[in-house]
Amino acid sequence: MLSILRTMWSVFTHLFRRRATILYPEEKPRLAPRWRGRIILSRDPDGGERCVACYLCAVACPVDCIALQATEDETGRRYPAFFRINFSRCIFCGFCEEACPTYAIQLTPDFEMSEYHRQSLVYEKEDLLISGTGKYPGYHYYRVAGLAIGGKDKGEAENEAPPVDVRSLLP
Amino acid sequence: MSVEDVLWPLVNIVGLLTVLLTVSAGLIWLERRLLALWQDRYGPNRVGPFGLLQVLADMLKIFTKEDWVPPFADRTVFILAPAIIVATVLLSFAVVPVAPGVGIVDLNIGLLFFLAMSSMGVYSVVLGGWASNNKYALLGGLRAAAQMISYEVFMGLSLMGVVALAGSFNLRDIVEAQRGLWFCLPQMLGLGVFMIAGIAEARRLPFDLPEAESELIAGFHTEYSGMKFGMFFVGEYLGIVLISSMITTLFFGGWMGPLLPPVVWFVLKTFTFIGFFILLRASMPRPRYDQLMAYGWKVLLPLTLLNVVATGGLLLLLTG
Repeated sequence: MLSILRTMWSVFTHLFRRRATILYPEEKPRLAPRWRGRIILSRDPDGGERCVACYLCAVACPVDCIALQATEDETGRRYPAFFRINFSRCIFCGFCEEACPTYAIQLTPDFEMSEYHRQSLVYEKEDLLISGTGKYPGYHYYRVAGLAIGGKDKGEAENEAPPVDVRSLLP
Repeated sequence: MSVEDVLWPLVNIVGLLTVLLTVSAGLIWLERRLLALWQDRYGPNRVGPFGLLQVLADMLKIFTKEDWVPPFADRTVFILAPAIIVATVLLSFAVVPVAPGVGIVDLNIGLLFFLAMSSMGVYSVVLGGWASNNKYALLGGLRAAAQMISYEVFMGLSLMGVVALAGSFNLRDIVEAQRGLWFCLPQMLGLGVFMIAGIAEARRLPFDLPEAESELIAGFHTEYSGMKFGMFFVGEYLGIVLISSMITTLFFGGWMGPLLPPVVWFVLKTFTFIGFFILLRASMPRPRYDQLMAYGWKVLLPLTLLNVVATGGLLLLLTG
């Protein structure tokens, strides 16, 4: 009997506790920097697209919500002809971000993307591309990769030794 | 007989009906809000000021819902059942003395009338459960019948102390008899038992075994939808108001109190007990069925009998 009264009193005192509810539209929740929300495509410091259209994100995606088509410009640089994410399917698992070799695809702390039509949830490349570098400010894939493209030959990347003709090393 | 003699009871009846139905709908909001506050939430606070218009939104929703009678149900009884509970509870309010001059009838057996009507309410639940032709509903109805019968016994007996002290079954006389000392002190035991029995009578948590949503889906109103379900709900909330106002009338001096007008005192006291009932719901787990029965017959009944004997003996001793 006493324990019942004690329980009731303790429940009653909750009247004066702080509320756990966040009154959402007026009061925004705090989102962690690594929050997995709306997906974006970032650019390198020079303003070029980071995405090299390797399809790894599309392969890693467990719900197959990413579709893209690779193509190449005249300098030999790969980029996606189209890049489409269907956010009505996306489960925001972040596997695409983990799979991406060039830090191009990133998840951001934003979840306010409700729409009245399903079709509006399909984002094209121009919806996904942002003007900045996202979480990795100084990173430029083609500057550190050993790949030869127009304007940068083999051995000219950062921290890369000039190529060695292996046949000249023969005894 | 003047015009006022006819008009005043009519005003009373219409006023009481309006207030009761509004309050019982408003209780949905009050309960959701209080439960939320006790669970560190806010509850409905979006529709209108403090979310008060939530009640209106809920009503609109329940009125526009499909009113479906299952093909396997006993149609007549099925439709009749929800009306019985609202009717019996509203009839009980006829004898409640709200304030001097406010109240519908002054029955000299008011208390007996209240007990009779609150026992009639069980027919609604049992018939509803039976007519649904559904095993969960039937189980709920059976539980309701057993619970009502066992708790009815000492609900009546627990009030006999009050009747002995006041020397009358008339509720107005009982309130008047509390002018010096409210009966909550000399009848503390009776108050406790009546409160528990009252909660069981209103089928409120923790004694909501006929409904028991985690065991029986929704118990006796599993098959009900739309406004028929709404009637059961209104009946339940009216039941809470009724028990609260009866506790106020019988043990806490009814309309009596300093400074404020009598009606305000009555409403204040009643709402305190309504709040207490909601607090019970917020803090207590539902007992097992056999525990409920054992608690009723082995603890509360002997306690009530003890109370009756003690009150009667003391009265005889003091008055000679």
